[in-house]
Amino acid sequence: MSPCSLRRSIARGLAAVALVGACGAPALAQSPDQAAAEALRAELARLREELQTIQQTYGDRLASLEARLVALEGQAPPAQAAPQAPQAPPTPATPPEVAVPAGAAGAGGPTGSLPFYGNVASMSKIFNPDVAVIGNMIGTAGRNDVSPSPGLQFQEAEAGFQAVVDPYARADFFLGFSPEGVEIEEGYVTFTTLPGGLLLKAGKMYGQFGKVNTMHTHVLSWVDRPLVAQEYFGGEGQFSDAGLSLSKLILNPWFFLDASGEVFSGKGESFSGPKAGELLYVGRLRGYRDLSDSTNLDVGASAAYGPNELRADGHTRLIGVDATFRYRPLRRAIYRRLLARTELIWNRRDLADGRASTFGYYVSGDYQFARRWIAGVRYDYTERPEDASLVDTGRSLVLTYWPSEFSQIRGQYRRTRYAEQTTANEFLFQFQFSIGAHGAHVF
Amino acid sequence: MPRLHRVGTILVAAAAVLAWSAPDARAALKVVTTTEDLAALTREIGGDKVAVEALARGYQDPHFVEAKPSFILKLHAADLLVVVGRELEIGWLPPLITQSRNARIQVGAEGYLDASLTARILEIPTGQITRAMGDVHPLGNPHYWLGSDNGRRVAKAVQEKLAALTGSDAAYFAARYADFDRRLTEAERRWQSLMEPYAGVKVVTYHRSWPNFAEEFKLDVVGYVEPKPGIPPSPAHTLGLIQDMKRQAVKIILVEPYFDLKTPNAIARETGARVLVMLPSVGGEKQVATYFDLFDYDLQLLVSAIKETGAK
Repeated sequence: MSPCSLRRSIARGLAAVALVGACGAPALAQSPDQAAAEALRAELARLREELQTIQQTYGDRLASLEARLVALEGQAPPAQAAPQAPQAPPTPATPPEVAVPAGAAGAGGPTGSLPFYGNVASMSKIFNPDVAVIGNMIGTAGRNDVSPSPGLQFQEAEAGFQAVVDPYARADFFLGFSPEGVEIEEGYVTFTTLPGGLLLKAGKMYGQFGKVNTMHTHVLSWVDRPLVAQEYFGGEGQFSDAGLSLSKLILNPWFFLDASGEVFSGKGESFSGPKAGELLYVGRLRGYRDLSDSTNLDVGASAAYGPNELRADGHTRLIGVDATFRYRPLRRAIYRRLLARTELIWNRRDLADGRASTFGYYVSGDYQFARRWIAGVRYDYTERPEDASLVDTGRSLVLTYWPSEFSQIRGQYRRTRYAEQTTANEFLFQFQFSIGAHGAHVF
Repeated sequence: MPRLHRVGTILVAAAAVLAWSAPDARAALKVVTTTEDLAALTREIGGDKVAVEALARGYQDPHFVEAKPSFILKLHAADLLVVVGRELEIGWLPPLITQSRNARIQVGAEGYLDASLTARILEIPTGQITRAMGDVHPLGNPHYWLGSDNGRRVAKAVQEKLAALTGSDAAYFAARYADFDRRLTEAERRWQSLMEPYAGVKVVTYHRSWPNFAEEFKLDVVGYVEPKPGIPPSPAHTLGLIQDMKRQAVKIILVEPYFDLKTPNAIARETGARVLVMLPSVGGEKQVATYFDLFDYDLQLLVSAIKETGAK
């Protein structure tokens, strides 16, 4: 600032100088008193110094803030950087932590204090459901005239979304993407806090009939489903419908006992026949007991009753009995296990003319002989649902290899003898791989 | 369908009889813990005012526990569930909680205690983590109970939770905590002086179960038998480890009781090291019944092995 401009500025007022500090408005007034002007000049000099100090301080603080901002951006967190960003963050400084609401953990979500990466938007991701995708690729070699399979097929990609809904319920969605299109395999809410030992599920779900019907494809011990399931449950050997499921623990001093009753729309593939007002009923009683720390026995009885489309008033009734024996020594649980299982199903079905009573079962055994290897066998026997004299039988040998918990490679030799007096010898192989956070399955 | 109806009637009748014959008796506060370590700590605080039961056994790999229906029964009756947390039980506990039909112990409810929330957690991964790193725990190493100060912290959390749940017995639990704290401080002094001459001793462990333990007792963990967490040993990794151990003169291999000893024994033969089956949990052996026993047992085993092999 020049002395001349200074004098003019004095006339304009000290405040303006302090704030603007520039040659501004034209001078108008002349100083009447020299002494007063001197005093003012001195005062002004003091103010200038103060202003400079303030400028200096703020400049420094601003610079340090900018530096910190740059540093924070530099350690771009994975929460925002998304999986595509392959490079590791340059500075592995510990991010500040924030407490996570405990409610998120039920679905296998995060618990405890988590690294927190800055903005509010990333916090909301904590409430996103656990997402997992499982791919299932199947190849078939060999000849089957009755029920041929494609040489190679990407049978399904299953996407799972699982989370706690609120303090009273959780929800599970499983969508199946297959060459036939997209299907909601399951999508249901489970009310976990009902009184009286009750558990209520509502939505679309697999009917709790026996064991194999409730199992997702990726937890099966085989590439295919047992013949009896394929022929009696319809569709891909599994029935899933919109409905309600209520189950109750029946407490007793001796063993675990669980009774469940379910109603379904009855419009699924299995109990087909879209008749208005007709429902499919499924009931199941399951008993379980630990025989020792490493062995247990799991038995169940199931019944299903629903309309079919073979006749106007036609119905299908299934009665099933299943038993599973498991051996898994606790100390060597990751290396050894044995599972022996059978399911027997009686099928009474109204046909266009008359009624057929048929029967089918499978027996299977799986033995884990090393940390990554499981060998299995299965025998199938099934009378065709429309005619008890037509019998299909099958024999399978299975070998499964687990590179890790998240992938699996499997081969299966299957010899099927069909009622048409033809025999099919097939070799099936399967690659299954899973990414994301897939919730644990029910035992 | 007469036959079906008869079956249905029998089932319903059986169910009704069983439902009637099951009185839901409730006296002492029922606590279920996922591991025996948490059960031992809860017993220290709860005394005779609580009945404590653990789901997994101490000699079992806590990552891979079967979600048996018999556990559902235990959870159904529980007033309090104490879990290790940090996703240790993620493979088996969530469906059990869902099926427990017990509102008291649902995640976030009053009777659910994640013991890791007040513990000091090590190895919290920073930066990008993928499963190419093996079965990595994104929320940090869950084997934190093997640091005795975390035992103290868990006991404190249990004390506060029990006090909140019962109200009337708060002073009892506080007194028991004070007593536990005093005994633990004494024991820590004893353990430290036992281990002091061997500070910095080099060891190899099978799984990453021991970071808190190694920190407390100044063990230098130079390698792992597993190439990556949860991935079984591979020949290439084992050869590399053998060379490392020879170069650094590592004489101790710590193995959890649930792992196969074949590879550790082979490494030991090559390197002249000693394989120690160290217990990561209370209940790993019959005589290890309390939290104090666990450290006594492990440290005794370790010290005698160090002396015999001349590792330090």
